[in-house]
Amino acid sequence: MEKNSKKFIWKDYQKEIADDHFFYVRSCIRQTFFPGSESFFLKFMRDELGKDVFEDARHTTCTGIGFHGDVVPHDTIMTVVARHFALMTEAGYKNVAISCVTSFGIYSEILETWKHFPEIENRIRENLKKATGRTFKLPENIAHTSDIIYKFRDDIASKARFPLINQNTGEPLQIVEHIGCHYSKMFPEYGVGGAEFPQVLAGMIKAWGGNVIDYPERRHCCGFGFRQYLVQANRGYSASNSKKKFESMNPYHPDMIIANCPGCTMFMDKWQYTIAEMEGITYGKEGKGIPVLTYEEVTGLVLGYDPWDLGLQMHQVQVETLLDKMGIVYDHSKKYKTKDGKDVGKPLVPELLMIEKNIHSSKRHP
Amino acid sequence: METAIRLDQNGYLVDLIEKEESLGGHIKNWFRLFPDRKPANEILEILHSNLKLSKVKIMTSTNITSFEKQNGRFFLSDHKNETTVYDALVLCTGFELFDAKRKEEYGFGIYENVITSAGLEAMFNSGRIQISRGSIPQRVGFVHCVGSRDEKCGNHHCSKICCVTAVKQAIEVREMLPSAEVFCFYMDMRMFGPYYEELYRESQEKWGVQYIRGRVSEAAQNADSSIQVKAEDTLTGRPLKMNVDLLVLMVGMQPAKETAGIAGKLSIKTGGNGFFKACDEHYQTNLSSQKGVFIAGTATAPMNITDTISHARAAATQVDKYFKELTE
Repeated sequence: MEKNSKKFIWKDYQKEIADDHFFYVRSCIRQTFFPGSESFFLKFMRDELGKDVFEDARHTTCTGIGFHGDVVPHDTIMTVVARHFALMTEAGYKNVAISCVTSFGIYSEILETWKHFPEIENRIRENLKKATGRTFKLPENIAHTSDIIYKFRDDIASKARFPLINQNTGEPLQIVEHIGCHYSKMFPEYGVGGAEFPQVLAGMIKAWGGNVIDYPERRHCCGFGFRQYLVQANRGYSASNSKKKFESMNPYHPDMIIANCPGCTMFMDKWQYTIAEMEGITYGKEGKGIPVLTYEEVTGLVLGYDPWDLGLQMHQVQVETLLDKMGIVYDHSKKYKTKDGKDVGKPLVPELLMIEKNIHSSKRHP
Repeated sequence: METAIRLDQNGYLVDLIEKEESLGGHIKNWFRLFPDRKPANEILEILHSNLKLSKVKIMTSTNITSFEKQNGRFFLSDHKNETTVYDALVLCTGFELFDAKRKEEYGFGIYENVITSAGLEAMFNSGRIQISRGSIPQRVGFVHCVGSRDEKCGNHHCSKICCVTAVKQAIEVREMLPSAEVFCFYMDMRMFGPYYEELYRESQEKWGVQYIRGRVSEAAQNADSSIQVKAEDTLTGRPLKMNVDLLVLMVGMQPAKETAGIAGKLSIKTGGNGFFKACDEHYQTNLSSQKGVFIAGTATAPMNITDTISHARAAATQVDKYFKELTE
């Protein structure tokens, strides 16, 4: 009953995802926190699938963080995005591939605004013309890059070297999927599978052999929530929201969390350390935290890429327990070295999330 | 059924065309009726026995595929391409229950312990209320206005009877499961009919049903298959999260899916709510915008059985008046 009905519901939210010729727009923060994700996506698309993915060095932030932090006005962000469309138009592209869920939500919101209020689009066109002399065409297809990986999930499955299966037990890995709120909660029809039972990450997990955990707080915000974090006085609210999710998912013993939003991946990864320090709780069956990966990182692991080339050493929660379960062989001595062998430095006790207090008193979550 | 009976009593030749295998519509699946808790089949038995005494020709499993009006008469063809000519039509095509799957956030069709009000009636009829693992629920939640007064679903109208149905069902749950707790999540309690308010009061005073003013924002399944419900208690102004063993969605009424097609073929109007539109909402509620085409019951708006039967009788009166005026 359960599986059939889920198929029924998400069929209402099919979206068209372009096949080739993408104008790629990066995230502001992903290159810092998950530095292998975007480079993997480009390499995968260009080298493995032979797709045309173009990026323009003049592309800037969409200003989404400032917009949601109430410091960038609506007209400003629309004009910035209009400039992105102008760069795309000038390069001869019609399909936009967006790395960031915040940007994806911004683009979706602006396109919907212009659809319903054409006078606003005209005003922004005028703003852009006055400011930069540029004009633009609207994109014909708008996809988040997780949509694109989803589209090619079966190709990836056919090439999988390390499926999402626990090699010790032969059982599917138990995986929490988390889509960013701005991926489809504002406009369900823009996301694969809509907002309530989204399929974009679940579809990848199932195609690659894993099992999706449906836990009570699955739809809850990761905790970032922009002003929950950006306003310093609110940060306890941010951490408490993340804690609510971890408490809800932990009894299902997740082997990892996959997210498609820069903020979600970062906060669900790094708040585990914060919560360990504040509450003395370390989540995960092994008591080492629950690894949080981007969908590109997971794709790379499934295809057999070196975890350190994918940037997994930059994560707060260490990923070795996951790599061991997947049967991935890795060279631990290269973990904190650059490709040319330079030492990049090493956290004091990376495998333990709680280090300020007596680490021996660290307790696992019951 | 009631219109056909009354027209037959007035001496007219009546065909009663039903697309289903048997007559009776939704009431066939209902256990008891509000406010007096009369078994639903008693009403059906009265209607069936009156039909048996009549000359009404009952045509079940019949789908009308074509409606044509020529020279003031109506040519109806069914799926077997058999055409019958009528001097007047009464559209009693009824309603359908809102498809609760469309309210994805409640998880109907996904979580086994989320059911609809119709599903609960089926449990009452079976004599046992149970959850997916076969055990007896200890906490039952009712969600009002599922698919009614909901812009997201495109249904702005109030389905009118769901509030009192929830009150009735809440009492029945407490009767069958004396130790169970029952919670109703509502926007407004619309006790419009005689003795409804009294039933609402009884449900609180005698049966301890708890009413929480606030819409449920989402339902999610816990590891033990119970349902976690999130809502806002708007009277205390606080968000609320609780677990129930069984969540009942009070699905609203919406036009039968054939309504728009029939309206188009007969060139009659439908209202903003999608139901057949009456010529006058006060004085001519059985007259459609097409001469010779009458409308009755829940094909025109959500209504309870009492009002449906009254409306059906009024339709028969209007048809009789129509023919008398034609022959004058």
